[in-house]
Amino acid sequence: MKMLKLFAVVAILALIGQVFAAAPVSAQDKVIKIASQSPLSGGQSLLGTAIRNGAELAIIQLGKQVEDLGFKLEFVPFDDQATPDVGVANAQNIVNDAAILAVIGHLNSGVALPSSEIYNRENLVMISPANTNVNITDRGYPTVNRVCGRDDAQGAAGANYAVEELKIKTAFVLHDKTAYGEGVATFFAQALEEAGVEVLGFEGTTETANFDAVITPILAQEPDLVYFGGIYNQAAVFFRQAREKGLKSQFMGPDGMDGSDLAKIGGEAVVGLVYTSAAGPASLYPAAAQFVEDYKAQFGINPEAYAAEAYAATQIVINALVNAIKENNGMMPTRAQVAAAVRATEDFETVIGKISFDGNGDPKVATYYILQVASADPEKWGENPLITSVQAPSPLTAKEMMGN
Amino acid sequence: MTAVPNLANTLSRSRFFNGAAEWFLQYILKPIGQILLFAVIAGGSISLLALAVGFVLQTDWHGIDILRVPARINLFEQVVRQLPNMLLDGITIGFVYAVIALGYTMVYGVLKFINFAHSEIFMMGAVVGYEVMIRLRDGQLLSNLSPLVVIILMISAAMVICGSVAVIVERVAYKPLRGAPRLVPLISAIGVSFFLTDFVRGFQALSRNIFNMPYPTDLVPFFNTRITFAEGVSTTNTTLIIIVSAIIMLVGLNYFVNATKIGKGIRAVSQDQATASLMGINVNLMITITFMVGGALGGAAGVLYGLKTTNVTPYIGFIPGLKAFTAAVLGGIGNITGAMLGGLLLGMLEAFFSALLPYFPALGLGYSDIFAFAVLILVLLFRPTGLLGKKVDEKV
Repeated sequence: MKMLKLFAVVAILALIGQVFAAAPVSAQDKVIKIASQSPLSGGQSLLGTAIRNGAELAIIQLGKQVEDLGFKLEFVPFDDQATPDVGVANAQNIVNDAAILAVIGHLNSGVALPSSEIYNRENLVMISPANTNVNITDRGYPTVNRVCGRDDAQGAAGANYAVEELKIKTAFVLHDKTAYGEGVATFFAQALEEAGVEVLGFEGTTETANFDAVITPILAQEPDLVYFGGIYNQAAVFFRQAREKGLKSQFMGPDGMDGSDLAKIGGEAVVGLVYTSAAGPASLYPAAAQFVEDYKAQFGINPEAYAAEAYAATQIVINALVNAIKENNGMMPTRAQVAAAVRATEDFETVIGKISFDGNGDPKVATYYILQVASADPEKWGENPLITSVQAPSPLTAKEMMGN
Repeated sequence: MTAVPNLANTLSRSRFFNGAAEWFLQYILKPIGQILLFAVIAGGSISLLALAVGFVLQTDWHGIDILRVPARINLFEQVVRQLPNMLLDGITIGFVYAVIALGYTMVYGVLKFINFAHSEIFMMGAVVGYEVMIRLRDGQLLSNLSPLVVIILMISAAMVICGSVAVIVERVAYKPLRGAPRLVPLISAIGVSFFLTDFVRGFQALSRNIFNMPYPTDLVPFFNTRITFAEGVSTTNTTLIIIVSAIIMLVGLNYFVNATKIGKGIRAVSQDQATASLMGINVNLMITITFMVGGALGGAAGVLYGLKTTNVTPYIGFIPGLKAFTAAVLGGIGNITGAMLGGLLLGMLEAFFSALLPYFPALGLGYSDIFAFAVLILVLLFRPTGLLGKKVDEKV
């Protein structure tokens, strides 16, 4: 017993010693860190890990640009568990680490919205590879940017396709009650109603396992189309149960469907599902072929959606860091300087094409894709055929164009 | 008219046949009859309620704004069209709740404490079912074996593993606290519940790097073959499998508790532990067996739930566990028959509200649990011991 106590005391002392020993190293001001925030565990970890990997690959490949200027570039991935509370807690830790000058994230708009409030308070720049909710950039924060499109345009593009090509007359719209899912579903439903389609129901559900309650009223009304504004891990279960219960409607969803787990969980039920995306498959971008190869070599898996976007976001950050350091005469730039350098990005060539930010942090022109699931085999997810794509300017850019 | 007495006469000639007939009546027919009666009572009353609501509100919302139905919908017609599916949904999930509820109610009956880790035992059952199915698939056996064999394999594996886990949990987390105040094992149970969730999550993440565990039922056409009862009323084989297995388990448990020596021992321990031990009953053994049986039933329910919902994650236990616990309280906690009735009623209530609420845009689907639980509170206000619970003086 005495030995045990002695051991405990020694262990605690050793731990305290570690903390003090570590302190001077982290205080060294020659280290610049880039953080990522995305769900690395749980049902959405497939896409969250893709974001982390994309950012990590960019830092491995392009970090030299910053290191040549005499700084050490480090990558710190955070797991936000797709949960707003966790994202905000991580954000507090991130802003408290003075060496972190940029954040790549998040996957979920509902997590990004509260977390970016904290980044913005500390002038820390965030570039989102995946958040499509309109409020992300419509707040007009100087620190918040994204490389993907917006839900107002995505919802409208999806609705337009459903009306023009699928010729639907009735639809049932579901969402997952998150900022992202409810947002995109609302825009989709609005656009449908404007086009004269009857929206038979607009329901939110947080159910993840037993969808009987949702399916029964849909079955009874037999809509032409069922739209699920949400993420694949929840939607796939719903689609599969709905087909098993005999629902024959066309299925559709937003970019949250874009993960190979949709096919893994949904199986045959999701074959033929049409989904819109603000992030095209990597195979569409000419510059991305090399990226896909490098990604496979580095991580041993296929890049999922948003991996290329996270890579592009990190490219922008690294470029901005280099510019900010040069402007600061080779000294450590402040967070505000980095944020300004990111916002100033103009016609910058990334792996997903040229990107320029408007005054709100939206890409000036974004492309929206409409794809269809071709196979129940998750390995073949990357081969889903592109049906069509639409380009749309951001609201700010559109206003400017109107003004001219 | 004469055929029936003749048959009875023939049977009564032999004592063996007489005994067997009585046994059959007592332990097979009677409980099945009881279960079916419960299903009919629960289903019938809910159907009447649904039709009544549909009829009253079909054209007129009586000036109450939240009851306004969109003009294009004839609520009564919708209710009639949905009724068969609503009943099937309600009965299926009700039986699953009932089987889980048995685990809560048995442990409560014996130890007077609520085993909150039971929902995770249930989740583990679903995961074991997945593991068995995946192994069979990888061994090319899934499509070759008869689906019935597959199901029996899954359920028995889940029963064995979950029964053992429940016994281990009891030994590690509850037995050392046997004499402690009742809240202490409750906290311990909550701790175990967290541990089991994250144990499964960690295990699956490390061994296969997966979180979602979709059952490969696509590979066996039998599961999704539809049986059509009438125009627009059809269901899959899976639903029937769930109902039939649940009934078998309920009848089996009824036999075990009421007709075997061990069952008698369990009942004695639940009535009075001290006296039972004076009568030569091994109390610890009875408690262990209670946990084993409850855990095994929970595990089997997990497989049924996995077959129904098709995707399993380490977090699926919480909500069904909570609902099953509610069902146990609704029926009268500690009472096995009550747990069955409670499960069926709760399943029906849920199906009822979720079938109707989407037609009231002011309310919406999200309110279905609120209404279901409001009914529960009403029942408990008038019968605090649950529908079939007996009033017992609080033990000091």
